[in-house]
Amino acid sequence: MKRLFATLLACMAGAVISAGPALADQMAIIKKKGVLVVGVKTDYPPWGTRDASGAIVGMEPEMAADVAKRLGVKLELLPVVSSNRMQFLQQGQIDLMIATMSDTPERRKVVGIVDPVYYASGVAILANKKANIKSAADLKGKPVCALQGAFYNNDLQSKYTGQDLVAFKGVTEAQQALIDGRCVGFVYDDVVLVWQKAQESKWGDFEVVQLNEWAPVPWGLAVKIEELNGPWGKFMADVTADWLKSGTLLALEKKWVGSNTPWLVDATAKAKK
Amino acid sequence: MDALWDLLRHVHDAYGVNLVHFYDGFERGRLLRGIWTTVKLAAVCIAFSILIGIVGAWLQTSRQRILKAAVKVYIQFFRNTPPLVQMYFFYFALGPQMPRVVNDFGVPQPMFGSFEWAVLSLSFFAGAFNVEIFRSGVEAVQKATVEAADSLGLSRWQIYRYVVLPLAVRICLPALNNNLVNLAKTTTQAYAIAVPETLFVASQIWSDRINVLEMMVTLLTFYLLLVGVFVWAMTRLERRLRVPGFGQ
Repeated sequence: MKRLFATLLACMAGAVISAGPALADQMAIIKKKGVLVVGVKTDYPPWGTRDASGAIVGMEPEMAADVAKRLGVKLELLPVVSSNRMQFLQQGQIDLMIATMSDTPERRKVVGIVDPVYYASGVAILANKKANIKSAADLKGKPVCALQGAFYNNDLQSKYTGQDLVAFKGVTEAQQALIDGRCVGFVYDDVVLVWQKAQESKWGDFEVVQLNEWAPVPWGLAVKIEELNGPWGKFMADVTADWLKSGTLLALEKKWVGSNTPWLVDATAKAKK
Repeated sequence: MDALWDLLRHVHDAYGVNLVHFYDGFERGRLLRGIWTTVKLAAVCIAFSILIGIVGAWLQTSRQRILKAAVKVYIQFFRNTPPLVQMYFFYFALGPQMPRVVNDFGVPQPMFGSFEWAVLSLSFFAGAFNVEIFRSGVEAVQKATVEAADSLGLSRWQIYRYVVLPLAVRICLPALNNNLVNLAKTTTQAYAIAVPETLFVASQIWSDRINVLEMMVTLLTFYLLLVGVFVWAMTRLERRLRVPGFGQ
């Protein structure tokens, strides 16, 4: 027991030391190593997924590849999940994280979220074309399919539909109910709906209508918090700004997702000014 | 009433006990609608399942082999499959095959909605058990009684309606109560096909308001009360129907 305690103490001391301010500049380290390690998702198609051969592909891995190209180093992709992505960055297992992470004030205290943010997801409805939905106001008194526990459900019901939502546990059931004609549309994350509509032919009679009543939540790529204002953080800020300005992100989104989201079109236009 | 809501709001601010589903008008409204849906669903299903039980038990005494076999198949089908699976089957597999009606918003909608499918599936599910329960009562009626009725010239239906069933009901009432209590509780499974009953609404509220503990306590208390009232009523019925000396 005593020995275990001593070991734990030693580990904690080690963690404190290694968590101290970065001694060398990360950018120089990456160039010296000759490898850029980027944490990406493998469970969120088409942003980060695995292809038939097992290779990690998607919009975000391709962004990572572009960073490596700009630095003139090799790229190594490390799969992360939502629950460990920030720890991977803190522990220095990855140099950069591009993993569909929503930008929140709490997270900005833990990791260095680079401005400008590169992406955002908002709320949209995959609506039956016959119902002619243009905005959330058109949903009054109509049955609307949703996912149980989504953050916008309360607003959606109290302000717009005025009646109980046709809400299910899983996306598949909600979409089946939509196809079966149990509701006029399915309210969900816009980027996923846009992608599914482009992917699956069964959505021919449906359209994705953006619900601007809910502001999009941005996604940020991140570096270690100590690096945010150092050369590495600044470099990534320049790269992201350039991606927006040059339309690289628009092209990547078009390639992977199938069409462009209004947020990205808007952000690109702003960056060009 | 407003004073009570203000008090509950104060309890939330001061002690962190979040009873928002009582003091907030919107949440209270949808919770009450959910409770009303549960009561309606339970009442309709209980009525239908009893009807199915009575008719099924009578068909079982029929001399027609096909009728008897049909009842047997029905019982096997509904008794041997879980009610949740039946509900999914009805709503997602059978539902879309029904004729469609174009609703006010221009969308062709299948004929039955989630509430109707919940009623159908739960009634047939509990009905299958009720058939067996009524059969146990029917078979316990003295053969001599039936023969006496027969010798008086009553038809088969008349014997069942006026002699066998009234006695059988009294014999099987405790078992029937058990099954109906179970049915009232199984209405929560309609949650899976988006019937806005109490559990469905409660889960919406606790995910919006993050008051999981308070909602769980409210839910449990509600079902305890609902089933409690039902059992109390059924016990009174049992006492009223008692025939002195019968079954002793």
